[in-house]
Amino acid sequence: MIKYLKTNDEKCVGCMSCVSACSLLYEKEDNPAKSRIQVNGQGRGAFHLIACDQECRKCVQECPTQALVVSKTGVVVLDKSLCVGCLACVAVCPIDAMIIFPGDKQPFKCIACGACVKKCPKEAIAIAEKEESPASRVWAEAIAAVRKEEAK
Amino acid sequence: MSFSKNDYKLLSERRYELGSIRKGYNMRTLHVDVGTRQAAEKPVSELMKRKFVGGKGFGLKLLWDATKPTTRWDSPENEIVIAMGPICGNTNYPGSGKSLVVSISPMTDVPIDSNVGGYFGPYLKFSGFDALELQGRSDREVIVFIDGNEGLVQVFESPDSIPADTHLLAEELTRAFAASSDPAELQAVAVVSAGRGADRSPMGLLNFSLYDKRRAGIRVKQAGRGGIGTVLRDKKIRALVCRFKGVGQNLNDAAEPALVQRLGLKLHREIVKNDDQQCKMRRQGTAHLMEVMNDYDLLPTKNHKYGQDPRGPEVASWVWEKLLSQNLPDGCWYGCTLACAHSVDRFELETGPYKGQKVCVDGPEYETAAGCGPNLYVYDTRGILEINFYCDTYGIDTISFGTTMSFLMECWELGILDAGRTDGIDLSWGNWKGAIQVLHDLAEGKRFGVLACKGVKFLADHFAKEYGADPQLMKDIALHGKGLEQSEYISKESLAQQGGYYLTNKGPQHDEAWLIFMDMVNNRIPSFEQKAEALHYFPMFRTWFGLQGLCKLPWNDIEPADNAKHAEPNKVPEHVANYRELYTAITGESLSPEELILQSERVYNFQRAFNVRQGHGRRAEDYPPYRAMGPVLEDEYEARAERYDKQMKEKIGIDPAGKSVREKVAITREFRIRQYDSLIDAVFKRRGWTSDGCPTPEHLRGIGMDLPEVIAVAEARIAGEA
Repeated sequence: MIKYLKTNDEKCVGCMSCVSACSLLYEKEDNPAKSRIQVNGQGRGAFHLIACDQECRKCVQECPTQALVVSKTGVVVLDKSLCVGCLACVAVCPIDAMIIFPGDKQPFKCIACGACVKKCPKEAIAIAEKEESPASRVWAEAIAAVRKEEAK
Repeated sequence: MSFSKNDYKLLSERRYELGSIRKGYNMRTLHVDVGTRQAAEKPVSELMKRKFVGGKGFGLKLLWDATKPTTRWDSPENEIVIAMGPICGNTNYPGSGKSLVVSISPMTDVPIDSNVGGYFGPYLKFSGFDALELQGRSDREVIVFIDGNEGLVQVFESPDSIPADTHLLAEELTRAFAASSDPAELQAVAVVSAGRGADRSPMGLLNFSLYDKRRAGIRVKQAGRGGIGTVLRDKKIRALVCRFKGVGQNLNDAAEPALVQRLGLKLHREIVKNDDQQCKMRRQGTAHLMEVMNDYDLLPTKNHKYGQDPRGPEVASWVWEKLLSQNLPDGCWYGCTLACAHSVDRFELETGPYKGQKVCVDGPEYETAAGCGPNLYVYDTRGILEINFYCDTYGIDTISFGTTMSFLMECWELGILDAGRTDGIDLSWGNWKGAIQVLHDLAEGKRFGVLACKGVKFLADHFAKEYGADPQLMKDIALHGKGLEQSEYISKESLAQQGGYYLTNKGPQHDEAWLIFMDMVNNRIPSFEQKAEALHYFPMFRTWFGLQGLCKLPWNDIEPADNAKHAEPNKVPEHVANYRELYTAITGESLSPEELILQSERVYNFQRAFNVRQGHGRRAEDYPPYRAMGPVLEDEYEARAERYDKQMKEKIGIDPAGKSVREKVAITREFRIRQYDSLIDAVFKRRGWTSDGCPTPEHLRGIGMDLPEVIAVAEARIAGEA
């Protein structure tokens, strides 16, 4: 199973409560550019919420140091001790959910902690679970296919 | 049974103060004499930084200072210098992990330079040094270890029991020198090694390892050209090991780290978006070129006799894509999303000492797939992979080996070689088992294997002397310049590419100028002056990668989607602008387009003067063998008779009608050699050299390569004294 932050754009009113909660929790400042969830205005009162779906795992596949790993709950997390800040993960993310704040040494992403959920007045976001998909297994299968047989 | 480094006998040790990199430079190099086993630090002067920039520039400067005009490849004072450059080691911009290796080559007797990936170079830089000089000759087999976290240089005696071949040796040393068996610790160790082949052949290479966590084993990248592995083994260095833990985003102390990130991210995105529509480097690596080259009659087939064969598609890129492991970030340094360093995993070997074992084959890259494939008339991917693996682990350059083997196979076809002369090895076209047997025999020191791997220059001479072969024919089909075998593109129909190969300082290697498409296919540089301009600009521009510690591939193996709209798309102007910005972002110094070329021009001319100092660097050494220029044999002419007849009529102004093939071969030959002579005149003039190929003192001063010892060498040559 994969734990993830489920978003519903239709319910979002753009109040930015989630963004504030996130950046305050992780970066100790209220700064939208440092939030793991992003709110994009679409005009005409419409908003698009961006947070990692934890499922495609292209970043896990791309990371040269295996700093991006999948936790027991299926969440993609960054091991900062291994990250060399190359930003390949930022480039391959198809929805721009892997974020670098210019000048920071390492990127960040949503880890489905749910801190923002509690602050949302419109129930536009929720912690949910979903099944693994074929896409989420590609990286693991690629590794299994090339591993050397264990030394005797 | 595996060792730890504590099991090895420590011969010497030196502690050094950990340094700190400022804006891309340590301003310090390391010198290790393996003869006396002394290690010493050397400061980098401001003058050295200004004139030589870094990487290949530093390497050549240190090599010049350490050697004499009389130094040969196996003189103890000859060095192997590994140098990185100011941009090397950044983790943001793709292709930033290269180091440049220079040495006086056993093949050419002049300095060779080779650009290589793997982790050793960046780790050495983070350990506190802009370059490593290895000098002297040891009386016993040694391992040189640099611990970049502890500030320690140690020389160990290499135990007899240690394996000699790279795939085992580098794996063992990685584990022996790692702080623990934690994969992150294993990843912190990088090894440089050769193999048994390099003990006995001048075409020995250096393997630079990287520990691949996903494969749970090492992979290797090669400093392949010019026999530097042979020099390593001559010095009795079994391996170099560098350990550095703690790679991070800005260890270069960039002047503007956020700009380095922005430039890197921009290129990452371009690669992710465009690569599938362009070169497919992420899926196929450089082997993506195979069918393109075959389609254009450029893929070496039967010792560069032809450029095409109907069987070409059997080794096309789509065939390799299925064999290469997919969905892995196969860069040779962190942050390279172009990721062309692919491998074929769990490949089961069919021959040799490791027969039946499943191994990881690094590659094949285009040069190997072409040179050890169609060039030998081998269209069996298993054969190419087998040769690729054993060349690497024995420490043999696949380009020199492929071009040498194709020469031997043509000699077999011509009846110059037979089973009696090859110790029973059948060298018919396409017989890769014969080719691989030669390699195994080399590793075991058997007669024909050792003889065969001396390279085509030696063999052409030897076969003429010993076997009565026609000396001119031998000269014509032995594809080398200055003693270095040509890499794997057919240059016959592109005069500019002939210059790109042979008007080089180190010999015919494609890294200076690759002008075939620009010249032959797109006809963008028709006049001699235009060709000469291209043979000035591209070698200078490409030299710049080697000064910085960069890879050339992310320059033009990926392009912005709108690149074609530029007036000079071949230069990829947006990427050139990226590089200038990147240089400034790291070093804090501005770089105009003119100064970029000047940085290279100084080093390029220094290298030419170095050749002159060693008694070489003359015009006569810059001619190709005729096989690289046109059809040597009558059947070779007849196979493309329509093309050559048309050229005779239109370009030479002679009607081919009624002429015998022999006459037509001679007419074509005479014309093409004349064309090449005119090209040399134009290129030397553009480069500021005399008609004999020596940089003039005025030119050296004009570009700022005005060191008295360099001027003196040029003056002496021009005065006829050297």
